[in-house]
Amino acid sequence: MATQHSRSAARIMMAPAVFVLLVWMLVPLTMTLYFSFKKYLPLRGGDLGWVGFDNYVRFVTSSAFWPAVQTTLVIVGGVLLITVVLGILLALLLDQPMWGQGVVRILVIAPFFVMPTVSALVWKNMFMDPVNGLFAHLWRFFGAEPVSWLSDASLASIIMIVSWQWLPFATLILLTAIQSLDSEQLEAAEMDGAPPLKRFYHIILPHMSRAITIVILIQTIFLLAIFAEIFVTTGGAFGTRTLTYLIYQRVLESQNVGLGSAGGVYAIILANIVALFLMRIVGKNLDA
Amino acid sequence: MGRIQLKQVTKKFGDVEVIPPLDLTIEDGEFAVFVGPSGCGKSTLLRLIAGLEDITTGQIEIDGTDATNVPPAKRGLAMVFQSYALYPHMSVRKNIAFPLRMAKMEQAEIDKRVEAAASVLNLTDYLDRRPGQLSGGQRQRVAIGRAIVREPAAFLFDEPLSNLDAALRVGMRMEISELHEKLATTMIYVTHDQVEAMTMADKIVVLQAGVIEQVGSPLELYRAPRNLFVAGFIGSPKMNFIEGPEAAKHDAHTIGVRPEHIAVSDSEGLWSGVVGVSEHLGSDTFFHVHDTGLAETITVRADGEVGFRHGDRIHLTPRADVIHRFDAQGLRIA
Ligand SMILES: Nc1ncnc2c1ncn2[C@@H]1O[C@H](COP(=O)(O)OP(=O)(O)OP(=O)(O)O)[C@@H](O)[C@H]1O
Ligand SMILES: [Mg+2]
Repeated sequence: MATQHSRSAARIMMAPAVFVLLVWMLVPLTMTLYFSFKKYLPLRGGDLGWVGFDNYVRFVTSSAFWPAVQTTLVIVGGVLLITVVLGILLALLLDQPMWGQGVVRILVIAPFFVMPTVSALVWKNMFMDPVNGLFAHLWRFFGAEPVSWLSDASLASIIMIVSWQWLPFATLILLTAIQSLDSEQLEAAEMDGAPPLKRFYHIILPHMSRAITIVILIQTIFLLAIFAEIFVTTGGAFGTRTLTYLIYQRVLESQNVGLGSAGGVYAIILANIVALFLMRIVGKNLDA
Repeated sequence: MGRIQLKQVTKKFGDVEVIPPLDLTIEDGEFAVFVGPSGCGKSTLLRLIAGLEDITTGQIEIDGTDATNVPPAKRGLAMVFQSYALYPHMSVRKNIAFPLRMAKMEQAEIDKRVEAAASVLNLTDYLDRRPGQLSGGQRQRVAIGRAIVREPAAFLFDEPLSNLDAALRVGMRMEISELHEKLATTMIYVTHDQVEAMTMADKIVVLQAGVIEQVGSPLELYRAPRNLFVAGFIGSPKMNFIEGPEAAKHDAHTIGVRPEHIAVSDSEGLWSGVVGVSEHLGSDTFFHVHDTGLAETITVRADGEVGFRHGDRIHLTPRADVIHRFDAQGLRIA
């Protein structure tokens, strides 16, 4: 893109794509903003006029809001912790030369290709069902009382399901990071007298720090929006109502579009704050 | 103390024997250089000594005690890698201090040693920088600094200068030689550059395909190469090898004459030929002479002022006392 001419030609050629993307994004966004300032109850009178910031205040002050925020944070935090820790361990393991490496790597990545709805249903019915689930059989085999996972340990169950889905992503990114480490650095550390654990702590972990940050940020954006897993398992009951789920309930179950839209705007702001950090870190990565 | 002894050491990668049985002794305080063409097993041999690779059979002794199964950290050796292998996220100070921290040394002692190493290597101004902010030569010095603070029994260098430009390489060569004078510690230095080998070594080990072709001081190797390979490898430009009737006159299958041992003249000489390519270095000029009646092109080294040009007729006379004779197996005839 050296000359003035080629630059303007490039702009013209990019214009249709940019236009489509803008419309694609801007239309829903403006509609959400538009509804968030209205009292709009489709089945109870329809559009009841402008209400200013009423919806925003009501959404935050409702008794369901703070528990939902807390649930969201617990799920996001729990999944991040599990996927990052297990991801590092798995990546270390997969980096070792071993028999059948190719097949094992594909198996590890596999869960990522399963749709969230499907995997949640599989977990719910095949593993966590208190009567017929595999876990129930296992518990009974050891003479224990089967746990009704989704009602008694609902939050933990959902964290488990979502972690299972996101572990491959974390593992894959962390594995590529480990593989990019110069093996001479590890050998130098070995000669410098660092035992394996210290080599991990002083050499491997700092080398992976950027990859870990990227995993955390990308996952956070997606985890803030998890929905299907909750919808098909607990339906938001037993303390598993996240912010996303709360918005869904406001719009579709209570048929209050204005209130739901206000929640949606909060969610957009939250996701953008995370995205901002992500851009800066990824950008820095590209500069270096 | 650092006397290193290899006894019947072999190394196989799978079925490929990279090092056939090999015996070698490196005396305490010696500067030993491994030279050889690419892929001849220099790095492998060094890594066997370091303990980074397991030897297949044989025994390694350091200071008279068996170190064959001793892990690398416990051998008391320090290694400087070709890629430097500095820790990129640590400052120069932390890099140099790393082995001491791993040895759980007291902070005051660590600081003292790091400062001392930095002043020896002219790194004092760079202690708080990251490796990424240093030039190639400075990184090289940090890598050496990290090796010397440990006060190892021996230093192992794997082609430490190959990433540097020519001028810097000459400078670092001197610095490493000076360091060796100062520390008087055993050093093993791997290179494929015979100039580095000749200028730095107390003892040169010439390797080919994992086999030691000859061990000796630089001048021994220069004066009395044991076979054709060593004769061709040591010395620059390469020794001229002449076969056929000319060699038969000396009762040899092949004779070798170094370019610097041939006198040039425009009027008379033993051989007469035509100047092809000439390389002017200023101080010296190398002429490649053909059509001498010998099968081979002859390279001669003359004074920089000698003014033959492409196509000129030139007369050559080898110095009779320094003609090397080799038999049909390529071995030196005494
Ligand atoms: N891990 C390995 N697995 C199999 N073969 C290897 C391995 N490491 C080295 N080799 C082989 O051993 C031989 C010697 O390798 P080495 O690295 O010691 O050569 P070198 O003399 O250091 O060469 P260079 O000057 O190019 O560094 C080569 O033929 C190489 O292909
Ligand atoms: Mg090598």
